[in-house]
Amino acid sequence: MQTTNHHADTKTLKGKVLHTTGVNITECYQCGKCTAGCPLNQEMDYQPNQVLRMLQADIPGYEDKILGSMSIWMCLACNQCYSRCPQSIALANVMDFLRQESIRQGKMNPKARNILSFHQSFLDSVEKNGRLHEMGLVIGYKLKSMNLMQDATLAPTMMAKGKLHLFPHKIKKIQDIKKIFTKTKNK
Amino acid sequence: MKLGYYPGCSLEGTSKEYNDSLLAVAEKCGIELVEIKDWNCCGASAAHSLNHELAVALPARSLALAEEQGFTEIVVPCAACFSRLAMAQFNINKDDDVKALVEGYLEKKLSGSLTILSAIDFLQKYIYPVANTYITNKLDQKFACYYGCLLTRPREISTIERHEDPLILEEAIVKIGGKPVEWSFKTECCGAGFSISKTDFVAKLSGKILENAVNHGAESIVVACPMCHSNLDMRRPDIKKQINKDIQIPVLFITQALGLAMGIPADKLGMNKHFVPTDSVTKCVVNKEA
Repeated sequence: MQTTNHHADTKTLKGKVLHTTGVNITECYQCGKCTAGCPLNQEMDYQPNQVLRMLQADIPGYEDKILGSMSIWMCLACNQCYSRCPQSIALANVMDFLRQESIRQGKMNPKARNILSFHQSFLDSVEKNGRLHEMGLVIGYKLKSMNLMQDATLAPTMMAKGKLHLFPHKIKKIQDIKKIFTKTKNK
Repeated sequence: MKLGYYPGCSLEGTSKEYNDSLLAVAEKCGIELVEIKDWNCCGASAAHSLNHELAVALPARSLALAEEQGFTEIVVPCAACFSRLAMAQFNINKDDDVKALVEGYLEKKLSGSLTILSAIDFLQKYIYPVANTYITNKLDQKFACYYGCLLTRPREISTIERHEDPLILEEAIVKIGGKPVEWSFKTECCGAGFSISKTDFVAKLSGKILENAVNHGAESIVVACPMCHSNLDMRRPDIKKQINKDIQIPVLFITQALGLAMGIPADKLGMNKHFVPTDSVTKCVVNKEA
């Protein structure tokens, strides 16, 4: 959650970014350092600096391109871009917002389905137990993504080394967590 | 000396050896790490990817519990948990609206005054000043110190000044008689949260890190993050497929290396819990005076 800017125009994607994240993307002058430092730039359909330029340009059609891109799902939030940005643009925060917006508008790139399934399985496990149950996460993810055999060879070794628990550890006040999930839903 | 302790979910499972070795080293140095009662998951990258309010509220609950339980300083060894907890406190302190909203969700008050220490903050503040008293052995090896992303970035929460070339873990390596190597991938990302959903990308990124460490003469890698550790240690078969190379270099938690130098038995430090065998490290431990 970032400081929001209540004066921003929220009709355009550019305005929504400023309103929700407080990041002023108009400051970008296209030096390209974000892209140069991005560990997954090769996997992106639009490079990080291009995403910023497209947001700045505010041309109809660009919004859907951004929200439907793989770039926003490829961001690992490693913050290399931000740490090198001469204009201090917190691009990873913008990417977080764009992902959330792409789900809200139903414009998510279908190739990002596994990434979303993973995040959802992770949060399902946390909502249920208050802590992550790694075994539960993996099973949940396999069912959501239908990658049933993935990492099947890792599990026995992890189990033998005491790294994988069959049963979750539930926190005492699980109702606290349920409340947080209910109240923040669709935010 | 007592400090609050937030182990995080990984340290109870995949990175059990990090928990064991950190607690053993702290105990040796006379520091008691007291677990925050009923702490919950920080939400990790899943929460901040999908829901920004959840990403602040989840860690904020653990912060509120720590305050309620009377802690003023907490140690958060997992780099991802540290990042989420510190970022939540930063956001709450920066914006009164956010604070009011989160306090409403939690039905708890937050003072936002906790000192939140990452693993490297903790080492610098509490272990390094006394370490020489307890170090009895030396580990005469070349180490690549790997920080990854979350200990060095973003600037709002990282205390590191040299964020592209930190030297904090190197300080520990010198203390234990090892040689830190200079290398290029200290603060590159290992792929972190994509370990399961995009394993091939993680294997590619982690493979580059391992390769660079080896090319610069490292015999072991030390880390202070459970995700870096599991990607570099457990993902070797996937890495081999991606870079066509079988790299054997072991990856330790910095607390395991310190523990060995302090004469703590290898099994108490979880040296047998790795996927890549760590014998080359345990074998090089000799008495400091030898």
